[in-house]
Amino acid sequence: MVTEEVVDLSRLQFAATAFYHFLFVPLTLGLSFLLAIMETTYVMTGKEIYRDMTKFWGKLFGINFALGVTTGITMEFQFGTNWAYYSHYVGDIFGAPLAIEGLMAFFLESTFIGLFFFGWEKLSKRQHLTITYLTAIGSNLSAVWILIANGWMQNPIGAEFSWVTMRMEMTSFWDLVFNPAAQAKFVHTVSAGYVTGAMFVLGISSWYLLKGKHVEFAKRSFRIAAAFGFASALSVIVLGDESGYAVTEHQQTKLAAMEGMWKTEEAPAPFTLFAIPDDDKRQNTAEVRIPYALGLIATRSTDKVLPGIDQLEAQAAERIRRGIVAVQALESLRAKTVSEETRAAFEAHKADLGYGLLLRKYTADVGAATPEMIARAARDSIPKVAPMFWTFRIMVALGFSFALLFALSFWYSAKNTFTEKRWLLRWAVWFIPLPWIASEMGWFVAEYGRQPWTIYGILPTHLSTSTISATSLYGSLAGFLFFYTGLLVVEMYLMFKYARLGPASLGTGRYEGEADYQPAR
Amino acid sequence: MLDYETLKIIWWLLVGVLLLGFAVMDGHDMGVGTLLPFVGRTDVERRVVINTVGPHWDGNQVWFITAGGAIFAAWPLVYATAFSGFYWAMLAVLWALFFRPVGFDYRSKVADPRWRTAWDWGLFVGGAVPALIFGVAFGNLLLGVPFHFEDNLMPVYTGTFWALLNPFALLAGVVSLAMLTFHGANYLMVRTEGQVYERARLASLIFGAVMLVAFAGAGVWVASGMKGYVITSVVEAGALPNPLDKSVAIQAGAWLGNFRKAPLLWLVPGAGFAGGLLALLLAWARKPVLAFIGSAVAELGVIGTAGVAMFPFIMPSSSDPRSSLTVWDSVSSHLTLSVMFWAALIFTPIVIAYTGWAYKMMAGKVTTAFIESHDRSAY
Repeated sequence: MVTEEVVDLSRLQFAATAFYHFLFVPLTLGLSFLLAIMETTYVMTGKEIYRDMTKFWGKLFGINFALGVTTGITMEFQFGTNWAYYSHYVGDIFGAPLAIEGLMAFFLESTFIGLFFFGWEKLSKRQHLTITYLTAIGSNLSAVWILIANGWMQNPIGAEFSWVTMRMEMTSFWDLVFNPAAQAKFVHTVSAGYVTGAMFVLGISSWYLLKGKHVEFAKRSFRIAAAFGFASALSVIVLGDESGYAVTEHQQTKLAAMEGMWKTEEAPAPFTLFAIPDDDKRQNTAEVRIPYALGLIATRSTDKVLPGIDQLEAQAAERIRRGIVAVQALESLRAKTVSEETRAAFEAHKADLGYGLLLRKYTADVGAATPEMIARAARDSIPKVAPMFWTFRIMVALGFSFALLFALSFWYSAKNTFTEKRWLLRWAVWFIPLPWIASEMGWFVAEYGRQPWTIYGILPTHLSTSTISATSLYGSLAGFLFFYTGLLVVEMYLMFKYARLGPASLGTGRYEGEADYQPAR
Repeated sequence: MLDYETLKIIWWLLVGVLLLGFAVMDGHDMGVGTLLPFVGRTDVERRVVINTVGPHWDGNQVWFITAGGAIFAAWPLVYATAFSGFYWAMLAVLWALFFRPVGFDYRSKVADPRWRTAWDWGLFVGGAVPALIFGVAFGNLLLGVPFHFEDNLMPVYTGTFWALLNPFALLAGVVSLAMLTFHGANYLMVRTEGQVYERARLASLIFGAVMLVAFAGAGVWVASGMKGYVITSVVEAGALPNPLDKSVAIQAGAWLGNFRKAPLLWLVPGAGFAGGLLALLLAWARKPVLAFIGSAVAELGVIGTAGVAMFPFIMPSSSDPRSSLTVWDSVSSHLTLSVMFWAALIFTPIVIAYTGWAYKMMAGKVTTAFIESHDRSAY
């Protein structure tokens, strides 16, 4: 029996496992390309230090990658275990990019990561460099397919509902692949990964410089990270704007919630820099607004109107009423009482089927829905404003602060004075964890902002779960938290241990502090 | 575009290929993990064992991931019904698999013997538990699983986790565990020498024999009147999939029906026995590469036998037989099957080619001397 408790626990478990997984993904995306850059420098210049850099940062990459793989396995199977109805309802479309991700990308990345670690003596320089690139390309291709899948959840195009098979079916593979929502998300997400990788290398290198350890090694690492990070931080902002534009086009409820736009404003709408949104009173207090800014950014025009929450809710109520007809027609079609009339009624209203299904939260018999239920379902169609408003702003503020840090780092590294700027080095050390926070905030905005849907406008979250008991879910949620937290502690322990050791951990005899590293046995 | 019926059959074969790829590639890693605490007595020996699969386990594991993704894409109803129905079994597999990536990568990064022993047992769990549970799951598929669909096609599993652990399913679990361990032992013989080699050879002889006996036992069990399933309504193989649109009967001995209709199919279980027996003899005769090929053929035979016996059933329902999932009615749309067919056709050979190259580049015995001279870079 699917109760509200089951739905909430399923969501919590998915959120927890996805958040854990994404602690490891961005560093893989970014660091893999930094490794390729370092190794390219090694192959081009023949300087040993660049090979050592590739190996050392590669060691940290490996520590992170292991948990990325571990937590990633869960993601591939959790749709089936916990979201069985979702899997049935949209597997025809959603499963394809996941399977292609495995075939095209994950195989590539995973096969060559082993050769990256163990092939130094067995492969030629060029062969090894090639597999390093293939690993990086593989991990980024993975992101392409995963974000195509996720993009379809946000903007489900290239698919149609079939009442015979009772599910969504693919009508165009290329629509799915070239979904503008997916493309915008992909470039924004991988850029965020590059920023994370660059911040990681920049911060740890700065720490060596502050301690006066491995100075040559750290300086070269810093320079590469500063340049790569600067380009990435700019693109994350530009492409984040692109992603935001895609939201304006496809998910007006998400935009209204993250901007706290209760009322439709005259175009171009102002951007609310600061406010305290109140979801119960449906208004903001203490607003600080920049005139015209939101309208210009979100619509790239001066005359397109952005609908506010009140208006979107009224539209949703209208669609719900039409959806009721669709649900009822579908029920008779399923009961094999097929008449031309029902079929026509279904075809005419099927675009609003998902809205009719929103009522299932309140009544099994959608036809008997009261106006009060319709109002509640319409209200459900808007995500809660306060969490959206704040997480979005934290993400954006962090993004700009990264751009500033990288701009300064790049500037001083071009002038070759960065080692004297101890304030900059300290700043870089303290900023190491922040890209992760920004990424998680971004995912929160994207996924919490998709509510109450798993597939936007098509399938409500509360219908998407499996028929498992709340007891099972408490057990599995506790298990995931136990294993993931335990493994995270182990990972952090090793990360700190090896980051402190620095290149001494390679045992080449070229770096100070090698005695600190106890050999095995 | 190929016609729908053909694609449905192709996808049954392709899922078989992916499962076989999983058994041959990830299977030997899991076998190596299962044997790790036993064939390696000292830390260096255990590192030898781990480093035989060190560069490859991650790529091999993708067969498992991809099989999961392909089932999602091609058989969404199977993905939804089986994984949610076998909830705790799936979680046990996932949680056991957690120990592999971290076990491999983290073990040698700290020298403390307790740390290393802990990860050794982690790798053991990560190898043995999934290998056992996959067999148990197959055993339960052969028996039929208590589930039905609601009107909206929501799958509802009505059994318990403990009911999965019945005698036949456990026997199937033994077949699977022994088979992958056997295969892993043969792989270890290829890549090691000395003491580890000798212990791996002994393991190969033991687990090869266990696999053959357990497989024969399961065969006798099925042949001696175990209930199978047959579709009793007219099959419209090219129709739009709807699992509730058919009638199904439970009949003793029905799983032998395909073999009676097409006696050539006896070659499939025959390959299981012949491959297993040959591999056993070759391991005894110290021909590890051929033994490894033999145990791969045995895997083809064993997995193929389960598939062929049940065809066209994938997941029969014991409590509501008409809800049973078959290759005809649990599939994706014509377009999706077609797109995925081309994706598999293009990428699977590429994957096999570069995997082969990777093995070729890393070929050779892993020795204790190698571990000692690569203390910091080896696993």
